[in-house]
Amino acid sequence: MAKTLITLTVNGKKIEQAVEPRTLLVHFLREELNLTGTHIGCETSHCGACTVDLDGKSVKSCTVFAVQAEGSTVLTVEGLAVGGKLHAVQEGFTQEHGLQCGFCTPGMMIRAYRLLQENPNPSEEEIRTGMSGNLCRCTGYQNIVKAVQHAAKKLQATPKAA
Amino acid sequence: MIPPAFDYHAPKTLPEAAKLLANYGDAAKIIAGGHSLLPLMKLRLAEPAHLVDLNRVNDLKGIREEGGLICVGAMTAENDIIGSVLLQRKVPLLPEVARQIGDPQVRNRGTIGGDLAHGDPANDHPAAAIALDATFVLYGAKGERTVPAASFYLGIFATALEPGELLKEVRIKPFAAGTGHAYCKLKRKTGDWATAAAAVVLQISGGKASSVRIALTNAGPTPVHAKDAEAALLDKPITEQTIAAAAQAAMKACDPSEDLRGDRAYKVAMAGEMTKRAIRLALSRCN
Repeated sequence: MAKTLITLTVNGKKIEQAVEPRTLLVHFLREELNLTGTHIGCETSHCGACTVDLDGKSVKSCTVFAVQAEGSTVLTVEGLAVGGKLHAVQEGFTQEHGLQCGFCTPGMMIRAYRLLQENPNPSEEEIRTGMSGNLCRCTGYQNIVKAVQHAAKKLQATPKAA
Repeated sequence: MIPPAFDYHAPKTLPEAAKLLANYGDAAKIIAGGHSLLPLMKLRLAEPAHLVDLNRVNDLKGIREEGGLICVGAMTAENDIIGSVLLQRKVPLLPEVARQIGDPQVRNRGTIGGDLAHGDPANDHPAAAIALDATFVLYGAKGERTVPAASFYLGIFATALEPGELLKEVRIKPFAAGTGHAYCKLKRKTGDWATAAAAVVLQISGGKASSVRIALTNAGPTPVHAKDAEAALLDKPITEQTIAAAAQAAMKACDPSEDLRGDRAYKVAMAGEMTKRAIRLALSRCN
């Protein structure tokens, strides 16, 4: 099958690569770019493990073709930390024990990153609604909410850190 | 899971899209948000040789008021419907429905047009479109035509769309002052389809229902326009008695299939309960 050349920006880096149209964005990120932080869970857009930021919106990368990201800007969990310094969201998950097995964590964090830009000071209910597209099978939701609250507080104290 | 191979087309204009659909005929499938189509492709339940992606057709996006009607482009994402001040003011049923679809990520990709045109009776917008008496604008190589939402659904995954046609926009009359609305949906969890859901649009005049429209989601092979339920309320005061009669009539119109969400009797009962709740909520919003 003929490949299509796509150009996109991933974690600030410009990428130009030929892909088969049927290549899913998550497979492109993991297998072509070796960005394996984005996980594959249910493959049917339910679990949110594959969540990435696409042009400033959270999407499930198992349900987007890489060719559809032509010209787009993608942020994955690997792009959260800058200069070796953890993002406030990552710090929140560390400090509040926001994970057990860690499988859902990259998707949780990249979703939380966007949620806190959409709503910098969310209530607990708004966090739960905003994170409702991400499943955690270790039932760690209490601490995930705390982690997001931790990050919200930190980002509000230092707005430039976003 | 890797979907089967296909040729990808990303038209930027409506005429380009129509031309592609005309050229490839049955071998082409339209992709909007993709959240119904991609899972079907992964399971090989759909194997289109050509995908026509409408995401770059800007003329299909956006919400505007024109000629006294609210026009919603087919490629308008659910989250843009939720965030639309115009819709919140003039057709608040649409954001209420959109908020109950999928989850935040799904609502960023999923579109009203995809939800409406897929023909899945489990989708939420069709019942709302029928309750709103919306008009669908269909676009093809031969030009445009309009179809009322209530005539669009022919069977499971079967719609009035002819080969080569696409859904361009949805036109809805803005709510008259005092119109009440509700979409009540029973689902097992976030992201699930409805076990049953009911959309109600209601107007009261002189203590009686002067206008009422009721439609149900996932209660049969197509969205169900519950006309007998409407008749049970029209020109009558809305009381627990008339609400119960409307719910009974709605349940009679249901023909759901059994699945993991429940057997037929349970689903019919829930369609009745959602009808009751939606009428009560719509009534509380009439003022």
